[in-house]
Amino acid sequence: MILADTLTASDSSPLQLFSYFSHHRHQVLSWTWSHAWLSVVPVVVGLAVSLPLGWIARRYKWTYPPMVSLTGLLYTIPSIALFVILPRLLGTQILDPINVVIALAIYTVALMVRVVADGLGAVPEDVAQAATAMGYTTVGRLVKVDLPIALPVIAAGLRVATVSNVSMVAVAATVGVPELGQLFTNGFQLSAGSPYYPPIALGIVLCVVLALVLDALIVLLNRLLTPWRRAAGAR
Amino acid sequence: MSDSNTWSWLFDGANWRNTYGQTGIATQLANHVEYSAIALGIAVAIGLPLGLVIGHTCRAAFLVSVVNGVRALPSIGLLVLFYVILAPHFHGRGNGVFLIPTEIVLILLAIPPILANTYAGVQNVGDAARDAARGMGMTGGQVLWKVEFPNALPLIFSGFRSATLQVISTATVAAYVGLGGLGRFVYDGLASHDFPQVVSGAILVAVLALVADLALALVQRYATSRGVTGRFARTRGAATPGAVDGAVEQLEVATT
Repeated sequence: MILADTLTASDSSPLQLFSYFSHHRHQVLSWTWSHAWLSVVPVVVGLAVSLPLGWIARRYKWTYPPMVSLTGLLYTIPSIALFVILPRLLGTQILDPINVVIALAIYTVALMVRVVADGLGAVPEDVAQAATAMGYTTVGRLVKVDLPIALPVIAAGLRVATVSNVSMVAVAATVGVPELGQLFTNGFQLSAGSPYYPPIALGIVLCVVLALVLDALIVLLNRLLTPWRRAAGAR
Repeated sequence: MSDSNTWSWLFDGANWRNTYGQTGIATQLANHVEYSAIALGIAVAIGLPLGLVIGHTCRAAFLVSVVNGVRALPSIGLLVLFYVILAPHFHGRGNGVFLIPTEIVLILLAIPPILANTYAGVQNVGDAARDAARGMGMTGGQVLWKVEFPNALPLIFSGFRSATLQVISTATVAAYVGLGGLGRFVYDGLASHDFPQVVSGAILVAVLALVADLALALVQRYATSRGVTGRFARTRGAATPGAVDGAVEQLEVATT
């Protein structure tokens, strides 16, 4: 019955999201763009930090447990808490998108240090020994042998990080950062009298589409960078 | 605006007690725990048996992709959507108008990690252990309860822990649509430019999440059989061919 109500109400039906989009195209596209930017940049930054940390955790095995539990603790901090605490720690404005970037980069590091370490740990011992016997230096082996083999594991971790980032970026709209989450806060305010669904529906659709597109990009990149996995006919 | 203001706000006894105009920290903390516990209890009641049965009967492997799909849904969007759908159907005062939409969203977010990790945990039990149990004459139910469930416990706990973190975090954001809980301090403080209050609310939520996770880690440590934890230590050792595929599959399930 609730669903019927929402579908029959002419102007405020969720299906009006297309006309809402065309009326606010400029604004919505700019929110989509900043949402994508805010979701991707932290992953790149976070990966750049976690690669060396993960390598250390693997290379010096005694650092693995403390490193993984310390970064794991960071993961427990709710995103909204980080969004409002970081400006205080960094001296930035509360609306500054840099807070979102840093907060999400912290989550990416929290997830990826363990992933990188486990990925490097999944390199078969005989392969590593063969590479060493062929004369690879430590760094050469890492770049040309270990990292390519660990890539599918790292990509799987990046997919998790990126997709959850898209959802967490939307939360930042509740403290005023302009991105797709503004569609939810606008929809909430416009629904004060009676339900007004178009912006809310549009926001959910765009967030899911953005997450799926970014996810697909990582899958594609992983396939392109690991051609031997297809050649082997494994999957 | 300095940090000493945050600490003095946080440790001011007056802010912990309920006053005529504002609900104090102690009550909101209890509310936050209550909202989270209700959602987690219902999510476990649904997700755990479902995951055990599906894992035991080896059906519905598509669940893992469902989890990834749910992760893509913006939780704040769902909160606003459910609130806007349900609010007109509530009359009179009371907390239900905020609580029920929020609980629905929290349960929706908490079920997938619990369900998928339970399923994966049961699936991960070695065939040798399962066959040995059958060979000893155990019935299907006994195999599930005495062999598969204890072996799956570490993964079940990791699913429950990530569900707990997500629920505590989203319950904070629920203050945006009007629910009580620790998020009230964050959003009320923002509205009145009272930043010590904002930061105090955020710190309280972070501490609550941390304490909840550590408490669960402790429970997990004593609930899990020592034989099972030993199994996990061994798989982290020398890698074998195919370890990459195994690591990818584990990651897709465990890190929800």
